[in-house]
Amino acid sequence: MTLETMADGPEGAATLSGPGRSLTSSRGAKVDIAFRFALYASGILVLVVIGAIMVQLFFGGLPALLAFGFEFFTSTEWDPVSDQYGAGVMLYGTLVTSVLALLFSVPASLGIAFFLTEVAPIPTRKPIGIAVQLLAAVPSIIYGMWGFFVVAPIMKEYVQPILIDGLSWLPVIGYIFAGPAKGTGIFTTSLILALMILPFMTSMYVEVLESVPGVIKEASYGVGSTTWEVFTTVSVPYGRTAIIGATMLGLGRALGETMAVAFVVGNAARISTSIFASGATISSQLANNFNESLPGSLLQASLLELGFALFVISFLVLALARYLVRSRLQG
Amino acid sequence: MNINPSDISPAMRTGIGDKASLADTATKIQVENLNFYYGDNHALHDINMAVPAQRVTAMIGPSGCGKSTLLRVINRMYDLYPGQRAVGRVLLDNEDLLGKGVRATTVRSRIGMVFQKPTPFPMSIWDNIAYGIKLHESLSKADLEARIEWCLTKSAIWGEVKDRLHKSALGLSGGQQQRLCIARTIAVKPEVILLDEPTSALDPISTARIEELIDELKSEFTIVIVTHNMQQAARCSDVTGFFLLGKLIEFEPTNEIFLSPKHQKTQDYITGRFG
Repeated sequence: MTLETMADGPEGAATLSGPGRSLTSSRGAKVDIAFRFALYASGILVLVVIGAIMVQLFFGGLPALLAFGFEFFTSTEWDPVSDQYGAGVMLYGTLVTSVLALLFSVPASLGIAFFLTEVAPIPTRKPIGIAVQLLAAVPSIIYGMWGFFVVAPIMKEYVQPILIDGLSWLPVIGYIFAGPAKGTGIFTTSLILALMILPFMTSMYVEVLESVPGVIKEASYGVGSTTWEVFTTVSVPYGRTAIIGATMLGLGRALGETMAVAFVVGNAARISTSIFASGATISSQLANNFNESLPGSLLQASLLELGFALFVISFLVLALARYLVRSRLQG
Repeated sequence: MNINPSDISPAMRTGIGDKASLADTATKIQVENLNFYYGDNHALHDINMAVPAQRVTAMIGPSGCGKSTLLRVINRMYDLYPGQRAVGRVLLDNEDLLGKGVRATTVRSRIGMVFQKPTPFPMSIWDNIAYGIKLHESLSKADLEARIEWCLTKSAIWGEVKDRLHKSALGLSGGQQQRLCIARTIAVKPEVILLDEPTSALDPISTARIEELIDELKSEFTIVIVTHNMQQAARCSDVTGFFLLGKLIEFEPTNEIFLSPKHQKTQDYITGRFG
């Protein structure tokens, strides 16, 4: 169709320009301004809330920091009777349970993710993927009860005695596996945590592995690589930083997990070299002690300071994760 | 693109393999009654063909005719995808590579493949080449160096990269990347090289270099090339197969396909009446 035939059409060129419609019309302008304002407000709200939490925690915990100084973070003493508080046990418990949880969860999640993206027959991919996601739908408290009533007894009866008998005689690493088999404790907590962060990490890993270009994988298979070789030399290196980032996000989740941990960690305010010993994490300590703390007491200030420490740790981990995932997207 | 037999220039004719030299050539790959299925989709119908050793075999035909599929069967790439299956026999030196107990990784080390788009791994030029070699052999450092220089020289890229072997391969131009991929393929000393439209993403100068390279490589390797470019097939192949809708319509020495095709459909395709 040429321009001329358009102009000759039933709706001539003159009607197309819309006569009488002012160029400076204010139609919809007010709504748009209000909409803009609402969007700004919701964006700022996030900053305000996170800032308020940080300030509140910081000033709430300040009396504990003033009373004990920075020793608060290194002291392993937690004695409400003599009003002496230190975060050492909880920091240790939080970090050890979370790192051990990653140790169990990373290989399992990577394995599931690679299985789902590369190896599994197509009809089985969806059911397995859904089953993994369903793990995420189990409430935290259920994991706690299951851990306490089912997993801990099994650990006590079967798993821990074997590990203790088999490994505790070894020099140095023997200390890690020493002690009585109690069922609850750091080790069982790590297993439960690993299971809880597994769905999230698996779905992140699936995304990373799916982003590896098919042609690169085919090229690698094309020079005679096995599936294992493609996985270790192409897929994982290609997604390396994103995999580390996803792992950090998983770590962030494990750090803050409360209810399940409070059930199985054993709640003992001491540090032991053995991974079978009872311990405490920041969040389990908060859950167990907050009811008993009086407003304005040093106990409450110490608990708030613990919360602040957890906040800072999680923030750093997440920031690192973001940085790693982002740097990969850029290049 | 129109090629009438009478239009083919003398220069092009010299590139076309002659029948006499084909008669006494051994068969490297024998395809027998091959059928291929993508799930329920019957993609290849009763393919029979004999790929001559140390010659260039071209496969032409419109998009979706099955020529790339055939390449993917020959080096078992289809294995990677559930639901794809091949029925029939593909004999490499009289050994059925679709047979039971045949390992796809071994097949692929004997039958290398170069893809349509350059696929350098995200590592250094050196590591790109060493990668495949290390999978199959453990060479001393000196031997590895010699092998890398050999295959880069063979692929006509040594001069351009010898001073930057430890820089990322992603910094090379498209044409250089494709020659690097060819070098990577021949580094594992395959017997057959499959080229799946190797120049379709390249500029004319890079294309010319790859074609020269193909001509040189055929003294040592058996080459199968899938191409959409009929002049390319005419220029660099000795035998040509014409595929249509999953069937091999005609498989003859290249000069016969282009100068006196037996089938009307081949004639229509090479003269540009469809496809």
